[in-house]
Amino acid sequence: MNKFETELKAGNFVTSECSYCNRIVWPPSDYCDNCFKDVNWRKVSQNGTIIELSRKENDVFCIIEFEDKIRVMGKLDAEIHMAKPGQTVKLSKCMLNDKNSFFFNLEN
Amino acid sequence: MKKVAVVGYGNTKFTKDELPIESLLLESTKQVFDTTKNLSQDLIDGLSELSGIKPKISHTVEHLCSSGSNAAVSGFSYIASGLADTVLVTGADKIGNPGQILEWDKSRGEFDHPIYWASMFTKAHKRQFSTTDEELAIVSAKNHKQAMDNPNAYSHKPYTISEIMNSKNVTDDLRILDCSYSCSGSSSILLTSEETAKKFTDEPIWISGIGQKTNSASFTKNELTTLSSSIIAANDAYKMAKTTPKKIDVAEIHDAFSVCELMAVEDLSLTEKNTGASYVRNLFNTEDRKINPRGGLIGAGHPLGATGISQIVEITQQLQNKAKKRQISNAKSGLVHNMSAAATSSTVLVLES
Repeated sequence: MNKFETELKAGNFVTSECSYCNRIVWPPSDYCDNCFKDVNWRKVSQNGTIIELSRKENDVFCIIEFEDKIRVMGKLDAEIHMAKPGQTVKLSKCMLNDKNSFFFNLEN
Repeated sequence: MKKVAVVGYGNTKFTKDELPIESLLLESTKQVFDTTKNLSQDLIDGLSELSGIKPKISHTVEHLCSSGSNAAVSGFSYIASGLADTVLVTGADKIGNPGQILEWDKSRGEFDHPIYWASMFTKAHKRQFSTTDEELAIVSAKNHKQAMDNPNAYSHKPYTISEIMNSKNVTDDLRILDCSYSCSGSSSILLTSEETAKKFTDEPIWISGIGQKTNSASFTKNELTTLSSSIIAANDAYKMAKTTPKKIDVAEIHDAFSVCELMAVEDLSLTEKNTGASYVRNLFNTEDRKINPRGGLIGAGHPLGATGISQIVEITQQLQNKAKKRQISNAKSGLVHNMSAAATSSTVLVLES
């Protein structure tokens, strides 16, 4: 289990980042995908942007982008017609049980 | 580099039955032996299992939904390099193969089933190009209809556009009849060098172009309305074959979901950007089978490891003028397009008679 997963299990959403290349390394990895040096880990900003969304039964699922780079899929707590790409959301909860889970709310 | 030809093939029926994978592999291999003249086990150098073949080279190719075409690329490479002369490429899968669930794409999290990326692609396509549910349904209607003349297809039932549009909602943006089905099935091809081809067939079909591109493990990183790996793979394949998209007479396209065919016909340059839906509608209305004559993945079924090989079998039959009711008249040049992992990887082959 890498740092991303141990932190997610503790309820924290973190990303890897390379201080030499000054860039976010995503998907999360122990080494920079540009220079292969060791990465640093830090919390991801709480606010993200909707890239796309759809709905399965009553669950709205979406791709959310953070910091112009980090994209994850998760559940959005909103009516489907209230949300569209470009809107800002806030991470409400994240966890790792069997799989990664992310939950978002619409930001007013 | 030596020239490489497809000189034999075999297919099982694709079904929803639970069948042992070894039996499936053996059945399509047996068909290659049954239908290829002068072929015996000792003539095969590479890539096989069962069936009494003791190859000097053999291995398994695991590349998710494009395992089949990538195994063919491996076989091609052995022959082109001179490391082997004749190679049997055989692929099979059982219904319910968990290979379609991608646990290593961390960005998908719990949304690891293909219906989720397909919904994202479809919704984004609707938003950007004003694509309608009817335009999506036409892909499925066309491919189900074409599958009726493919004896190996799992589905032999025609569906109307409205039946497809009114079929069960898997998600807000995906109907059940816009999805391909995991199946049991197997397909095999026999590849050989130019020197040996004449021994096995009077009608060798040449693999003249190959392009393969993998651009990310995470589909969420890519644009949702373009198959960027397919664009690169197709351009490489056209370049290697010294041909152009205009010269392609028939194509097998990876229609895992309806939206994929609309995107692929554009990204393989078979039609211009933003004309995919009208292009496919015209094929449907004029009963032109140029795209997915065997019914595609939606009509024929999708046994992951067999699909790419089955696509090659179809194009080979088309270029040999042996596709019976599915035949495109005077087909000289064909294309195979096989993808995996939400279009993060694509393989494109150009075949010529």
